[in-house]
Amino acid sequence: MIRSLRRVAPQLMTLVVLAALVSWFFPSFLQIDMSDGRLVGPVIDILKRGAPVAILAVGMTLVVATGGIDLSVGTVMAITGAVAASALVSGWGVPVALILAVGAGMIAGLWNGCLVAVLGIQPIVATLILMTAGRGIAQLITEGRILTYSDTGFGFLGSGSILGIPVPALLWVLTGVLVALLMRRTALGLLVEAVGVNKRASALAGVNARGLIIVVYMASGLCAALAGIIATADIRGADANNAGLWLELDAILAVVIGGNSLLGGRFSIAASVLGAMIIQTIDTGILLAGFPSEYNLVIKAVLVLAILMIQSPHLASEWALIRMQIARRRAAREQEV
Amino acid sequence: MTFKTLMMTTVATLGLAAAAQAQTVGFSQIGSESGWRAAETTLTKQQAEERGIDLKFSDAQQKQENQIAAMRNFIAQGVDAILIAPVVATGWDSILAEAKEAEIPVVLLDRKVDSSDDMYLTAVGSDLVHEGEVAGKWLVDTVGDKDCRVVELQGTTGSSPAIDRKTGFEKGIAGHDNIEIVRSQTGDFTRSVGKEVMESFLQAENGGENICALYAHNDDMAVGAIQAIKEAGLLPGKDILVVSIDGVPDIFKAMSEGEANATVELTPNMAGPAFDALAAYWKDGTMPPKFIQTDSALYTMQDDPAGQYEARKDLGY
Repeated sequence: MIRSLRRVAPQLMTLVVLAALVSWFFPSFLQIDMSDGRLVGPVIDILKRGAPVAILAVGMTLVVATGGIDLSVGTVMAITGAVAASALVSGWGVPVALILAVGAGMIAGLWNGCLVAVLGIQPIVATLILMTAGRGIAQLITEGRILTYSDTGFGFLGSGSILGIPVPALLWVLTGVLVALLMRRTALGLLVEAVGVNKRASALAGVNARGLIIVVYMASGLCAALAGIIATADIRGADANNAGLWLELDAILAVVIGGNSLLGGRFSIAASVLGAMIIQTIDTGILLAGFPSEYNLVIKAVLVLAILMIQSPHLASEWALIRMQIARRRAAREQEV
Repeated sequence: MTFKTLMMTTVATLGLAAAAQAQTVGFSQIGSESGWRAAETTLTKQQAEERGIDLKFSDAQQKQENQIAAMRNFIAQGVDAILIAPVVATGWDSILAEAKEAEIPVVLLDRKVDSSDDMYLTAVGSDLVHEGEVAGKWLVDTVGDKDCRVVELQGTTGSSPAIDRKTGFEKGIAGHDNIEIVRSQTGDFTRSVGKEVMESFLQAENGGENICALYAHNDDMAVGAIQAIKEAGLLPGKDILVVSIDGVPDIFKAMSEGEANATVELTPNMAGPAFDALAAYWKDGTMPPKFIQTDSALYTMQDDPAGQYEARKDLGY
């Protein structure tokens, strides 16, 4: 427990600093009220708005841990959202819509996994294929328009709340906890890390590396499907052009802010979802602070750069080196005198 | 019937040797990147059919070289006119010169080109600044002398509709100090970002109690924002007035449910005025003005939004 807390300490500290920073611009940032039996406040908004990226980050962490990357998740969100919305519009009901959407996500993951594990295509190229083509598939399903449905049961997944907490927030916490438990309470996490560190060696040691990689991409597809369902439920419609646009990059960023190496190996799901919350805090903070919109992206980039620089192990050792040199020079000068 | 048509055609052929038979018009569309464009394509085909014009349609899939190839094709076929929605503004000089040499009038739809204006017959389009102004004027007329704090959802930062619709709205409310834009952020023209940004506006303005009206640069963002307002426990259309631009079916649906107040239509019927101008030109060589501004009609809850929704929902938006 203490060890895992120490692992996520940098992320938690970053969140605290960011919260302080946003509070400076927007004093009632941490205030949470109760209205109509649901919690409201900027922090609750962050927990809710950060759901898609947090869920994507869970799947992405596993893929990254095997030394891969999944660029297609944003597009898979659009596809699964389109599938769910068209099922609802056709009047097939919520359960069928959910099953079809999740199925579509897992098929997308299976496709990616097979390209990577069976055909041996580099992950960034393999998933790029679906990233580009997938949005076209989504547009074919929605016929290029925003498919609007009127089912309130499905909308509950995006904007409902249980015990005052928004459903999307519950969903990402649940996904994160379940996957983390599955990885850490069984040997699965260790096997994933083994494949990421050295695929050949782990295969020689008897790990079914190929199967594991396919499963990991399917898990990422499943997470993308969940995120797509939330996004579609949130706006009561499937927007094939814009749903999940560029979110794959936010998900990768969340994994990186979470301190996971893109080269594969050791991973922490908790740190990744905290990374997602950090990104969302920046996004919401910028909106609350009320700067002109031209500054949004610049502010975000500067903050992300600062966070990554502070986390950089290279920079830390470099700092130590510079300090040592200064000390040595000073000592030498003192000797001369 | 057929006989009558035949007779009329014969008379026409005898009467006006040059501009006679059923007119053939080539239409080079950009592609189908948005619902609005799909509706424009549908309406152009409808308008052509109504007027008995034989329309040759070509989808350029967002590529200028495809549009130039299509125009060359139209010229080779000897069409009577060419309609084009140019994908970019530059690089049209040589193909427009070819059309001019072949004496085929070219009408630009909804976007403009950088070539000199004697290279084409006319351009049909909407004035984006005017659209914003109509929205602003509506708000001025609606709130009267009451103080009104407005939040604005901008389009994609730096895009010309975002800049022009912002300028226009500010022009519309100019001189009315009781109306003030208190927050303005980009919603990227999308529903989901519109909703997210509206949530932060509501948080920042005392749970939305300090907001009197929302102005969104397009209807999609307004639809997203309406959901955010509802989820915050307020009534969109009453507690917070909602005015936006475009006139897509979903905003008419929201209006019919009393959740949106007004929209300024960016009509997808660019072809109607274009065909009118062409008909006059074919008839007696009347030169239309170089820019035909389409009507930026204002629709409110009183304009039968349910009926408007029904009329629009199958246009391909």
